[in-house]
Formats: sequence, C-alpha cells, structure tokens
Amino acid sequence: MIEVRNVVKRYATKTAVNGLTFTAHPGQVTGFLGPNGAGKSTTMRMIVGLDAPTSGEVLVNGRRYADHAAPLQEIGVLLEARAVHPGRSAVSHLLALARTHGIPRSRVDEVIDLAGLTKVAGKRVGGFSLGMGQRLGIAAALLGDPQVIMLDEPVNGLDPEGVLWVRNLLAGLAAEGRTVLLSSHLMSETALIAEHLVVVGQGRLLADTTVADLIAQTAGGGVKVATSEPGMLRQLLSRPGVMVTSVDAEQLLVDGLSTREIGALAAEYRIPLYQLTEEQVSLEEAFMDLTRDAVEYTATPVLQGAVR
Amino acid sequence: MTTMTAPARPVYRLTTRGVLAGEWTKFWSLRSTWITLAVSAFLLVAVGLIAAASFDPADSRGPGSAAGDVVALVLSGSTFGALAVGVLGVLLAAGEYSTGMIRSTLTAVPSRLPVLWSKAAIAGGIAFVVMTAAAFVAFFAGSPLAGDAMATLRLGDDGVLRALFGAGLYLGLVAVFGVALGALVRSSAGGIAILAGLLLIVPTLVMLLPDSWAENITPYLPSNAGSAIMSLTTADTSLGPWTGLAVFAAWVAAALGAAAYRLAKSDA
Repeated sequence: MIEVRNVVKRYATKTAVNGLTFTAHPGQVTGFLGPNGAGKSTTMRMIVGLDAPTSGEVLVNGRRYADHAAPLQEIGVLLEARAVHPGRSAVSHLLALARTHGIPRSRVDEVIDLAGLTKVAGKRVGGFSLGMGQRLGIAAALLGDPQVIMLDEPVNGLDPEGVLWVRNLLAGLAAEGRTVLLSSHLMSETALIAEHLVVVGQGRLLADTTVADLIAQTAGGGVKVATSEPGMLRQLLSRPGVMVTSVDAEQLLVDGLSTREIGALAAEYRIPLYQLTEEQVSLEEAFMDLTRDAVEYTATPVLQGAVR
Repeated sequence: MTTMTAPARPVYRLTTRGVLAGEWTKFWSLRSTWITLAVSAFLLVAVGLIAAASFDPADSRGPGSAAGDVVALVLSGSTFGALAVGVLGVLLAAGEYSTGMIRSTLTAVPSRLPVLWSKAAIAGGIAFVVMTAAAFVAFFAGSPLAGDAMATLRLGDDGVLRALFGAGLYLGLVAVFGVALGALVRSSAGGIAILAGLLLIVPTLVMLLPDSWAENITPYLPSNAGSAIMSLTTADTSLGPWTGLAVFAAWVAAALGAAAYRLAKSDA
C-alpha cells in the first residue's frame, strides 16, 4: 500500500506537487495519470525518498520508505528508463543492487529470465535499446520480490509485444495481492490495465476514481439522429430539459432523451430515421476534459488559413 | 478445513555488509575502474624507473634531481600516481550522478550515508593495496637502476618501509579524497578540476605569496602534507611524516564530511 498524504513539493521557482493525497491499495492496479509536468514523477521520487517533500508525508506499507529493514522487498520501482551506469553489464548492475540486501544470485538470474534479457545479460547496458533498458529497469524493480510495484511510464519505448508483456505482468502481480502503481500520460493505455485511477494536473489531485465510474460518468454524450425531416423532428423533440443541436443538414444531436424515447416519438409521427445512436465520449476525451485547465504545455492552435 | 498459507517469502535485509558488497561489485564491474587503477600503478612505477635510470647527480634540472635519496627518487611518480588515483575516486562517485545510477543506488539504500562510507572504504582500501605494491615494485626495480649515483638503501634501513607503505597510505587517502570531491560536486569534470587544483595548482600559487606567508601555509596543503610520509628525512619546511599524513587525513575528512552533508540533505 502506498499512502500519499497532503504532500507538497516546492522548488525555488515552482510548486511541483501541491497538497496531493491519494492511496494505492493492494490487489489492484492504480493508474497515476496526468499531463506532462503534472508532478507524477516528482511524487514517485518522493515515495521512495529520492526527494524530500516540503510538507506532508508518504508511507509505503505503513512506514517511511527509509525506515524499512529491506526496502527493495517492500517496493520495486522503475523511475526513469536509465538509472543504470552504461558501462556495466545487466547482470553486474542487478547483482550490485542484490548484494545490498543479501538477495541471492539465483534471484538475479530469475528476473533476467523474466524480463527476457537472458541473451544480453552479459552485455554492457550502454548498447541497449530503449526497450531493453526498460526491461532491465523492470527486472530491477522485481528483484526484491516486492509487495508494491511502482512504474513510471513503463511502456515507453517498448514494442507491442513488450507492451503486452508489461500489461500481463502487472495484472498478474495485482492478482497476487500486490499493490501496483503505474504512471502514464495516456488514458487509453492505462484504462486497459488499471481499475483505480488517480488523475493529477499541476501538482493537484483532479480525480480519484475508478475506470468503471469514469466510463459511467462520461457516457452522457447525447444521441445522434439522422433524418430526412430534421426541422420537424427538432420541433417535436423541443421541450424543457432537452437540447437539440444541428450537426449538419440531416443530423441532430439530442441531449436529454434516450434513443428509445426519440425512436418512439419519430415512429408515432412517421418521421423516417436513418441513424439513432448513443454518442460515447471516449475515456481519452474525458481525461482531456479533466485536465484541460491543468495542461502546462499546450500547442497553440494553428490559425485557420494561416497554413495556406 | 484447510488453512491457506501464503507462499513463504525469503527474508532479505539491507545491511552495512551488503552495501559494502554491492559497492565492491560496482567497483570491479566497470572497465574504467580497471583502466584508471592500472594507469595509476603504471605511472608510479614508470616515472620512478625513468627517474632512477636517468638520474645524474651533476645535473640539477634532470628528473628526480630534487630527490635527496633513492627512496624519494623511485617514488618520483607519486604526483602523477596521486592525480590518477584521485581521478579514479572522482569517477566512482560522480559517475553515479552523471549516469543516473544514483537513483538505483539510493532506492536500494535509502539511508544513503552507508553508500558513501562504503565507496570511500573500497576505493581507499583497493588503492592502498595496489599502490603499496606499486611502490615496492618501483623500489626493487628502480634502486639498481640508480646505480652508484646514490647510496643504496635496503628495506631494513631507517624509514624505508614506512616510506613505501606511506606511499600506499597517502595514495589510498587521495582516492578517498577523490570519492569525497566527486560526491560533493556530483560532476566528473568539476571533481577532477578541484582535485587537480588542490593537489597541483594551489601549491604553486601559494609560492607566489610573500615568503613568510608561503612558509607557513605550504606544509599544510593537501599534497605537501600527505607526501611527508614518503620522505626519509624531514626538512625544516615540511611536516613530520605522521603529522603530515594526519593533516592530509583531516583534509580528506573535511571533504568527506561535506559530501556526507550534501548526500544526506539534498534531493538525489
């Protein structure tokens, strides 16, 4: 379990994390989402004590990370892809970390196998591709057989097979009752593995929810109707609490009525319908809505015509 | 009814011994450490042999001309050896920061300080062993080369053993000094610059000061104080062998203390 309580991290010129509180529970994958610069990495660094919070506290399995007798057995982390000396081989890197905790050589070989690095174990890490570096980082995270696994953007640079591997691995770890915290700036990818979502923007908590709730919440995207008599249908549907907007010459977007109600009304007045569909707001859009005001780096929209 | 038991998890523990073992593995698993260490020993021996072979008592400017005895002559390479072994120390510590390895290291050892102590102990210990051996090689191979130009000395003669082991002690401490500087400034280039500055440039600059000042300051500078252990005779202008080594150890301790403070207090 990871508990982040009222954490503030202030640097000289900016506040990276501003009163953040959330808990990642055992037995599930928690997605830690936010745009770039939202404070995700800073928060993760504070969880393992690399950075000290300006105020507030962070607990891993009930204690400060540094107070554990075997930190690597409490939480395994992948922070940046490269927290490795490029001149060292993958085996030596893992062995050096393992020795600090008296973790046997056999466990090092085990995680190397698990990460699919057996063939390159003796090669210097400097020659690794981004994906191989990422696999090594995940191997290091699993080294101490930890209760909690925390990964910062783990699928960055992985090929599709690697992405699937990470997804299954994390689901398996959560199913074993472990706590998994996974950061990402991509909602679509996170929704595939995570049940619990913590969304942050500019260092603040924007939402602490579940994927299921978020889907339910964002389902109300209205109903799209296509008809040859848009004017008539529009009049028919107009009533308090219902909003009708024209999409184009034949299409209307109706907010406030179900597909069933619209269909029944149209049938009653013999208005032909060509299309009657519930509009789904994608999770990605929901996420964009949530974080719109908190995006730090936005591209300026290109002025229409300016490109010509 | 059967009771479910969780599969037994091995019990691991973060120990000081473990941190030491981890740093030991780190030390030997980098090609750059092997190279720097070999270069350090090579410089000490090679410069000593060249000085001994080309020593000419009539020439007041030739290599080793300042040496008063054969031990000083064969240890002429200690200045270069010190620089190389100091660079080794800087690379060991600063390399962690330049590569990002420090994040892995401190995640494994969140108490932090044991990492610095272990790194210092391992760099110092290995440099001591290797450089002491190199000093003995320089002595045994170099003495005959000096030929009749200088009085022959044996291991049993006054101060010879102390000077040879002293060379190892001094150079071992220089390696620790390098580790401390590297951890303090967290940059290889910066650490090496400060190391070279303190060992080589500052003593030269101090000579520009008025004589009375220079005389009082010079013996206490790191390289001058530390080298005192290697000379058989104590000149008026330098500290005694053990006093000198103690003064240099104080420099090293101060740098290590500053490095420890930064490591413990600031974000990694």
